[in-house]
Amino acid sequence: MTILTFTIILLVGAYLAGLVGSLTGLGGGVVVIPLLTLVFHVDIRYAIGAALLASIANSSGAASAYVKEGITNIRLGMFLEIATTVGAVIGALLAVYTPTNTIAILFGCILLFSAAMTLRKKNQVALTEGSKTSEFLKLNGSYPTPAGPVDYKLKNVGAGFSIMTLAGILSGLLGIGSGALKVLAMDSTMHIPFKVSTTTSNFMIGVTAAASAVVYLQRGYMDPAIAFPVVLGVLGGAFTGARLLKKLDPKVLRYIFCAAIVFVAAEMMYNGFQHKF
Amino acid sequence: MNANNNGKNLSDRDIELLVGRLLRTGVITASCIVLLGGILFLIQHGSAPMPSYHHFNGEDSSFTTFGGIISSTLQFNAKGIVQFGVMVLIATPVLRIALSLLGFALEKDKLYVIITTIVLCVMLFSTIGGLKL
Repeated sequence: MTILTFTIILLVGAYLAGLVGSLTGLGGGVVVIPLLTLVFHVDIRYAIGAALLASIANSSGAASAYVKEGITNIRLGMFLEIATTVGAVIGALLAVYTPTNTIAILFGCILLFSAAMTLRKKNQVALTEGSKTSEFLKLNGSYPTPAGPVDYKLKNVGAGFSIMTLAGILSGLLGIGSGALKVLAMDSTMHIPFKVSTTTSNFMIGVTAAASAVVYLQRGYMDPAIAFPVVLGVLGGAFTGARLLKKLDPKVLRYIFCAAIVFVAAEMMYNGFQHKF
Repeated sequence: MNANNNGKNLSDRDIELLVGRLLRTGVITASCIVLLGGILFLIQHGSAPMPSYHHFNGEDSSFTTFGGIISSTLQFNAKGIVQFGVMVLIATPVLRIALSLLGFALEKDKLYVIITTIVLCVMLFSTIGGLKL
């Protein structure tokens, strides 16, 4: 295969990954890694490097729109980024000492968890009573809805912070945005309305991924020939996905994609156990 | 949506708009640089056989260090240009933190100046902390 053919196939694959990622809310990186490792037999660490870049591009692109709409809670994001960036650096350091097969198996587990999370019931209720910590850290806020601004408060800040550290570690280790874990921390633990938690999670992914991306770049895991089609493809796919989301109800699609992701996760885990990485 | 719900949100809102613009500009700039480098790379090496990525070899220092990337970009090395775009992409969220720091400082929000500084320090630590093993 020539470089040109490889680039074109990868560009199309990354485009589809970005599309699927944005329609399911899983993010493009999650789909890029199986594509690179299972289809192209690329070393998983190169795949992680490329996926981190895709996550940064995706997150920054989408976050710019949400921030403008005033849904994102910037203070909450900033505070929790302490946890995710520290975690991401730890994760990127751990990645050197972790066998690639273990990374693949772990990735499969996270993929299954993420698929389950996209199908869960979403938290729509805004808390009216917040904890003292949330008050002190000025984390409570309001967000615009068609019916006017809604105030919300939050609790379990400590528990949320801990889950965020874990999300950061996994992000650095596996090269994913860990969006599902971030939403678990904010939505289920801290009781933040899902619109705020998904947009704030998206806002944080760029910073989290950048913290470990630097480490991967310095270690030589960012290959320009892979990075270039992956970044452009995923961005293009995410852009199309965002437009499609406005026109169609992704509910049915979500079920189909989740089934597909379960299959991919099983494949990653099987290959991991068979030491094929 | 509108900045008049109370006085405090006015400057918060300005920062939000600025942050949004910064993120978009960063991503667009990075994509254009990556695209440029990528096209150049394909023109020069497109017909060569695909290298094996099955085993990790690591990039050489002209594509992994700040100085190396800058100098290979200035030499119009295609891979160097892509890597420069990659650097711009990674720098975008870091700049976003710096911008937020400035915003919180202007708002005299001491708590968040401290929080943002911590995040910025973690980022700087991972950039220049000698994590290259």
